Amino acid sequence: MGQGRRMKRKQGMPEALSEEHFANLKRKAGLPVEPPVEKASLSNKKRKTAKGAAAAKKPEPAPKKSSAKKSNGKAKKLPEPEKDSEDEEMGDEFDLDQLEDDASSDEDASLGEKKKNIWSDEEKDSDDAEEDDSVFDSDDQEDGGKKGKFVFSDDEDESDAEEKLTAANIAGLSRKLDKKLAEDKAITETEMQESAMQTNIDGPKIFGDEDDEDDELADKSKSLLAPDLQLLRQRITDTIRVLDDFANLAEDGRSRAEYTAQLLKDICAYYGYSPYLAEKLFNLFTPREAFAFFEANEMPRPVVIRTNTLRTHRRDLAQALINRGVTLEPVGKWSKVGLQIFEANVPLGATPEYLAGHYIIQAAASFLPVMALSPQPNERVLDMASAPGGKTTYCSAMMNNTGIVFANDPNKERAKGLIGNVARLGVRNVIVCSYDGREFPRVMGGFDRFIRVLLDAPCSGTGVISKDPSVKTNKDEKDFISLPHMQKQLLLSAIDSVNHASETGGFLVYSTCSVTVEENESVVAYALSRRPNVKLVDAGIPFGKEGFTSYMGKKFHPSLKLTRRFYPHAHNIDGFYVAKFQKIGPTAPNAIGAAGKKNGNAAASGDEEVIDKTPITTDEDTEVEDKSTKKKSKGTGNTGTEKSDFSAFDEDEDVKYMEKAKKNAMRRRGLDPKSLKKPKSQEKK
Amino acid sequence: MRPLTEEETQAVFKKLAEYTGASLKNIIAPQEDGDRNVFRLSQNRVYVVRLSMANLATSIARDNLLSLGTCLGKFTKSGKFRIHITALPILAEHARHKLWIRPNGVMPFLYGGNIVKAHVGRFSEDCPEHQGLVVYTMDDVPLGFGVSARSTAESRRLDPTGVVCFRQADCGEYLRDEDTLFQSG
Repeated sequence: MGQGRRMKRKQGMPEALSEEHFANLKRKAGLPVEPPVEKASLSNKKRKTAKGAAAAKKPEPAPKKSSAKKSNGKAKKLPEPEKDSEDEEMGDEFDLDQLEDDASSDEDASLGEKKKNIWSDEEKDSDDAEEDDSVFDSDDQEDGGKKGKFVFSDDEDESDAEEKLTAANIAGLSRKLDKKLAEDKAITETEMQESAMQTNIDGPKIFGDEDDEDDELADKSKSLLAPDLQLLRQRITDTIRVLDDFANLAEDGRSRAEYTAQLLKDICAYYGYSPYLAEKLFNLFTPREAFAFFEANEMPRPVVIRTNTLRTHRRDLAQALINRGVTLEPVGKWSKVGLQIFEANVPLGATPEYLAGHYIIQAAASFLPVMALSPQPNERVLDMASAPGGKTTYCSAMMNNTGIVFANDPNKERAKGLIGNVARLGVRNVIVCSYDGREFPRVMGGFDRFIRVLLDAPCSGTGVISKDPSVKTNKDEKDFISLPHMQKQLLLSAIDSVNHASETGGFLVYSTCSVTVEENESVVAYALSRRPNVKLVDAGIPFGKEGFTSYMGKKFHPSLKLTRRFYPHAHNIDGFYVAKFQKIGPTAPNAIGAAGKKNGNAAASGDEEVIDKTPITTDEDTEVEDKSTKKKSKGTGNTGTEKSDFSAFDEDEDVKYMEKAKKNAMRRRGLDPKSLKKPKSQEKK
Repeated sequence: MRPLTEEETQAVFKKLAEYTGASLKNIIAPQEDGDRNVFRLSQNRVYVVRLSMANLATSIARDNLLSLGTCLGKFTKSGKFRIHITALPILAEHARHKLWIRPNGVMPFLYGGNIVKAHVGRFSEDCPEHQGLVVYTMDDVPLGFGVSARSTAESRRLDPTGVVCFRQADCGEYLRDEDTLFQSG
């Protein structure tokens, strides 16, 4: 067996299902549910205490400082017991032999074995584990577990993952453990230094003697010299530590801003972000959390599949896949259809089960908007940007193939994949169409046509950097103006498509796979301000962080607390944002961007929020003025020629354009580069 | 999108009847909720769809409507009807003759091979030659469909490598033929 995927890439672990659940399952299946043997329960307990200890120390990293000295002394002894405790864990949860045993459960039963349930084999496994580690003093282990590992918020995931490791390449694991131990040791040492420095207050040297040196370091790191990367990382952690406790650790005469700037520079060099994006993301978090976020973006998220409940049940699917040599586990208590894949010997996208439509490979994060939407049977649902169809088919599965789902995607190429998934999963209640989402309420002949609407808006993808690292460099200011602009338009048309009068619905879910405020809270706040007939409601997702109600001086409506943010470092799913609206009244026919008007109106209205607007008066003369000033403000550079253009204008023609301009007053108000081009080109003609 | 013409309906029903036999009428029978399935043609593709859905889909312009309900297949330029793998759920529901294949025969079938006798687990009795068949795994998961190469009785006498069923469509096409299987507008 090869090295486990999770092991290699340090993936975190989802919550395990509780044992009661499996007991229930057993009962349902009419199997005897026996209490675990005493010995097993004993070892189980031990394991749990170990885990409990680990869990207990997580929330408060403070005590580690005090124990730092002690553990440093012990550090050299640590590797052995540490390794073995890991082995134990491994044997514990997923032993392949065990799985096979369980797969051929008939034998088991005849042999007097207790378990048929594949996931509840812990008792027996832990028996084995007990034998394995009987050589070692359990106290020793606990020591190792407690003191050997220092938990920082940033490596929480890793250590967590290791604790519950399921796959089994011991060599690889021990190598990794050694590495980690070395890291830990290094951290411990810095900790030691720190505690030593408490008497002689002197922060770590973040800034070199001269600034030149910094640049040199940054340059070197760009050429990817390994030691410099290490140094860089060291400096990042140091800076974060200083920022955490600025009053005590900062060098004299250095401001927080200097440290932050240095940290950002280092992060850009170390992870390869564009400075603009790094700053944007950094500002969302505390320095330590930001570091964790950037770290998490370097690791892939777990592969998750969704059971197609139209075709099969999760238990059956799990059994079938296990028989094919896939190691998996339920993704968490929050989902009844998700399975997390740890290791697969077969290509998951080509198993007979996949081709027969029993599951779809779908990121855990994209379950969330559909769960928030929770479509009911016989409803009419619109999915505005649906490719590649994970959410659409989930909607259909929740509706049990009744009612109607309109799956829209503006990109016909992507829609092909969507149709493929819809057909493969045996979904029959979907109509696939290809419109620009902004046209939507009009497509169906006006307002209020859908009971529920799902808008998973196109976004910058800052939440899925681990999937698509190109985001790090290819997003700039322009994207963060034009994308929110489009999202606002889409959201308004989505709101207008919802039927507020329906008894069961009137709900709208807005989601993005981005973490920036511009694409999330700002957009939602904008929609709230433009559509007083919607309100935010609780999304009904049991985890996730609350949306921001204030960000960098901007204040949002307090109800934005009801929206949910998800982060890769905190939840081990893609960065995601989910907001659920309820529509409580009809949209006023004269509302901005309402469907009765031309689409351009919506474009204009979207702009207003983004950029300062120059006041527009209805007077014709001032309007011309207005236009020219706008051009200047856009910075075309050749204002002189423009002026001459104006003076050379044919009066009649000018009047014509001014008339037109007056008619489209709303459109011209926008400062979006795109919408600016139009009137300009018209004039040049 | 429009209903099928008389000719087209005949072509489609004839093809479907090869697999479903007399239970073809169950496909178009009114359902308990008063709805019924109708056949719609959109850009040469034939869809089976609930009437209520078909009515709603009329508001989508032709160029923008990419798919609705279940796609049965498409009309070729010469007017023949070609049934697609996407019709499998419908056929599986109403199949008259069935063939179950053993686990070791599943992958060869999904890669587009015909079914040899060694891979046959079960076979409907009284299946004549050149009759439409729906192919299942041993756990009753429909995988595709084909045409019997021999009648059931004859195939009993066949040697293990003899072909029992010619493949017409299999689930593997979702991967192999994704580009051509679906309408791209």
